[in-house]
Amino acid sequence: MHVTFKVTAGDFSNAGKISSSIKTLLKQLNISSVDVKRIIVALYEAEVNVVAHSYGGEVVCDIEPHQAFIQVIDTGPGIPDLDLAMTEGWSTATAEVREMGFGAGMGLPNIRKNTDELSIQTQAGGHTHIMMRFYISEGTI
Amino acid sequence: MADIPFHHTLTVLQDVCKGCTHCMKRCPTGAIRIAGGKAHVDPERCIDCGQCMVVCPHHAIVLEQSDFNRIFNYRNRVAIIPSLLFGQFEDTVSDLQIVHALLQIGFTHVHIAEFGVDILRTLGNRISVYADDRPVISSYCPAVVRLIQLRYPALLRTINLMRTPAQIAALFARLDIEEQGGDPEETGVFYITPCAAKFAQINTPMSATSGLIQGGLNLDSVFNLMQSYFAKNKKESLAVTPGVIAFPQISAPAFLWSLTKGESASMPGRTLAVDEVHNVIEFLELVEEDKQQNLDFLELRACATGCTGGVLNPRNRFLASERIKHMAQRLPREIDKETKARVLKVSDRMIHNLKVDRIEAKHSLKLDQDMGLALQKMEKARRILEVLPGIDCGLCGSPSCAALAEDIARSNASIRQCAVLKLTDPRGLNTLARIWGEQIALEKTPKPEV
Ligand SMILES: Nc1ncnc2c1ncn2[C@@H]1O[C@H](COP(=O)(O)OP(=O)(O)OP(=O)(O)O)[C@@H](O)[C@H]1O
Ligand code: SF4
Ligand SMILES: [Mg+2]
Repeated sequence: MHVTFKVTAGDFSNAGKISSSIKTLLKQLNISSVDVKRIIVALYEAEVNVVAHSYGGEVVCDIEPHQAFIQVIDTGPGIPDLDLAMTEGWSTATAEVREMGFGAGMGLPNIRKNTDELSIQTQAGGHTHIMMRFYISEGTI
Repeated sequence: MADIPFHHTLTVLQDVCKGCTHCMKRCPTGAIRIAGGKAHVDPERCIDCGQCMVVCPHHAIVLEQSDFNRIFNYRNRVAIIPSLLFGQFEDTVSDLQIVHALLQIGFTHVHIAEFGVDILRTLGNRISVYADDRPVISSYCPAVVRLIQLRYPALLRTINLMRTPAQIAALFARLDIEEQGGDPEETGVFYITPCAAKFAQINTPMSATSGLIQGGLNLDSVFNLMQSYFAKNKKESLAVTPGVIAFPQISAPAFLWSLTKGESASMPGRTLAVDEVHNVIEFLELVEEDKQQNLDFLELRACATGCTGGVLNPRNRFLASERIKHMAQRLPREIDKETKARVLKVSDRMIHNLKVDRIEAKHSLKLDQDMGLALQKMEKARRILEVLPGIDCGLCGSPSCAALAEDIARSNASIRQCAVLKLTDPRGLNTLARIWGEQIALEKTPKPEV
């Protein structure tokens, strides 16, 4: 199944709506709650990053039996030093963003922790394209 | 553990139901469909919150009746009454008169359900909880527990497995009678309940109340018996004084337990109370996404204002709550020494029976047990939804266009049920029905009602 969602830069009040909608879909598919949670935690972080750090973008979600492939693509400005960005606690968030409870620098590390395969394409001045693959099992808990 | 089906207590009277869709629109879990001009409740999705019963303009949804005379099968007849029962009467009826009337209509012992809180405090000096994770969710409201079983299985580990105050009061009542030489076989404990959910829980085999509580009694019918006692015995009931009978033991904080914020007020840490089932659902979605890590305890109630909003309560919920708060001002902060001693006497037998079994998940949202088939059904539902008008009129018998699309994908409905398409594009409808199936499984002959 293929679904896409648009993410608007700076729209903090709606950040998280996409991961909630995906959660509703996943819960109808007999996917274990552990996997549902992993997916929405990773997606939520990627979604908030687009809202907080980019010019906007989209979430493209492909669900097949036993795996989910979720891509989060934005239109820039890109991440100049990805290794640094992946470090726990590293953040360029402004004071204003931190005031809203974001900016602990834990988003990307959390994404890595919750995905089975993660690939990020980015460069300064270009798009950021995050590809997350999750192997999912059936079951309630 | 075996999957024991829920016992449901709400019934649609088929000859009274007009198929008006009010209940279907209100149902928080989307359990109701209108087929053949009548409402049908899906037992797999119903949580017994009673919202449908409240909203039905034709009084076509009724609660299973309890047989009051069952209490007379026992020599010791214990009434476990919720504190809100006192709120159902006007101030002209005194607290003692209420207790007196309960004894007059047939009970031999009266305990207030929330006295269970004081028992717990006496046993452990504090209100402890059993749960694997935070925020701990109160198990007080059985409609909320059912909701979590059906829709939020990941949160089951956070439900408090400590028995509810009413169960603890029932346990104590039984042991206390035994302690005084009564035969446990001859003790019947009856819980007077304001709601469908508690009634359903008591009547579910092997539930947490089995063996403890012999039956639930609908609060409205007991209220009627009490009122007719007052009407017929005015003089006698007015003569009741503290010298004749004692008010049952209970502390002020316990007395307020079933009102919104009543339970959370006594819990340590950061707590939060949410009432009314749609609000509870909205909030559980957030908890499920793990965004509430700073909270310690959640009091969640299906009814607005808490249990004074229970569907069987005769009196306005705000007036009832006010009287309970007013009464609480005159109650002690703690129960008296003699009662504490009675509790401690049976503490050994209570302490090992305070925890209930782990609560199991039920499936209600799944389109199919097989992930591949579920995906196919979801795809199908999405394609169907694109051609539906999107006005959620409910005339098809499903609560929304999305629900009809899902019903068709599950082969439980046909697109022919869409009244709008039938008018605007009857030809197109024929083609669509050919593609997506003609089956109208729900339009079978309605089951005869008991
Ligand atoms: N989509 C993006 N576009 C541009 N920069 C990004 C993007 N995502 C992350 N970054 C950069 O990487 C840094 C680290 O991201 P990460 O999500 O780990 O932390 P954060 O967003 O700053 O804080 P937190 O996620 O804990 O609220 C960000 O501060 C930002 O500089
Ligand atoms: S809030 Fe109270 S009265 Fe309402 S369903 Fe829950 S337990 Fe019953
Ligand atoms: Mg981030």
